[in-house]
Amino acid sequence: MHGFANPKRFLALAGWLTPVLLTGGLLLTAAALFWGFTQVPPDRLMGETVRIIFIHVPTAWLGMGGWTAIAISSLVFLVWRHPLAAIAARGAAVPGLVFTIICLVTGSVWGRPTWGTWWVWDGRLTSMLVLAFLYIAYIALAQAAQREGISARIPAIFGLLGAVNIPIINRSVVWWNSLHQPPSITMGKSAIDGVFLVPLLVAVLGFSLIFGGVVLARMRALLADIQAEARLRRRAMEAD
Amino acid sequence: MKAKHQRLVLVLLALVALVGAALLAVYALRNQASYFYLPEQMQADPPAVGQAVRLGGMVAPGSLETLSDGITVTFTVTGREASAIPVRYAGILPDLFVEGSGVVAEGRLAADGTFEADNLLAKHDENYVPRELQEMSEHQAAEMAEETTVGLE
Repeated sequence: MHGFANPKRFLALAGWLTPVLLTGGLLLTAAALFWGFTQVPPDRLMGETVRIIFIHVPTAWLGMGGWTAIAISSLVFLVWRHPLAAIAARGAAVPGLVFTIICLVTGSVWGRPTWGTWWVWDGRLTSMLVLAFLYIAYIALAQAAQREGISARIPAIFGLLGAVNIPIINRSVVWWNSLHQPPSITMGKSAIDGVFLVPLLVAVLGFSLIFGGVVLARMRALLADIQAEARLRRRAMEAD
Repeated sequence: MKAKHQRLVLVLLALVALVGAALLAVYALRNQASYFYLPEQMQADPPAVGQAVRLGGMVAPGSLETLSDGITVTFTVTGREASAIPVRYAGILPDLFVEGSGVVAEGRLAADGTFEADNLLAKHDENYVPRELQEMSEHQAAEMAEETTVGLE
């Protein structure tokens, strides 16, 4: 584990892994979306609008997965003080927010023809909106920590606190009556027919690879940022 | 005890306390955070007459009727325990509104026990099935036959 905490070794690994993940992810996602949008038959009740599932579900999972990554990285940073863990948490924040917003927008577009409304304040939709706000707060806090020199432990603690929302999102449709339907895919079982499920899983894999590639790219950019700042600071001290 | 073990224990204790607090809050909210009443809940513990609430359940097959004015529809919403609440609604029905499917009605309970709805939302279930599925189970086939004959009689 300490091997990966070395930024130099990480940068060498991320250098070739980033383009591999991004290219593979883009190809898989394009294939899955083409399959889902043109080859799959319409649903018995929803008709053509069922195709939104191929964007909505992967982005929803990755929106939650992004915060899970923030929480785990924050734990590693707080306990083992790995500096790279803090960078990893920050790297997952922006893609996590983007995927959460895509999930909210596609869900809203889907809700209009299916439920008859753009938005309702039920447990699932509300907790997902809270997740988007948590991401925005985390990004602001982590940025402030770097710029204003506040301890990086503060965003890490916030990352752990916010993780409470993840099981709430997941269970919201089971604990409370909600307009959003209960989970279709649970441990080893699926209420989604195979013609929808296979392209959906390919899309999940493709979006996940893109997510991983973006996180690595963000981490490299953040590391370069920190290095440049340190160099500037050194130079300013020498000039004095 | 090494410092990092101390930190690990501290963080884990804090997490357990936090999750415990969140679970307690969720437990306390379990009624208020529900989006609608189920029919059995509405019968067991009815809201005040005229109070704005939502009722959710299944549209009982064979219960949908259009009144003589051509706009007002009546149907029965049933829940798990064979409890049923009659609903009256005047307006445009959502596309996915069919007998045997889920519905959430926004409105209020009238004094005679009928639910007066101002708005209907269709509730989708967790099943995704293509239209031209060859190997339909008997239950699904019966469901589909029912759906395709709604409004024909």
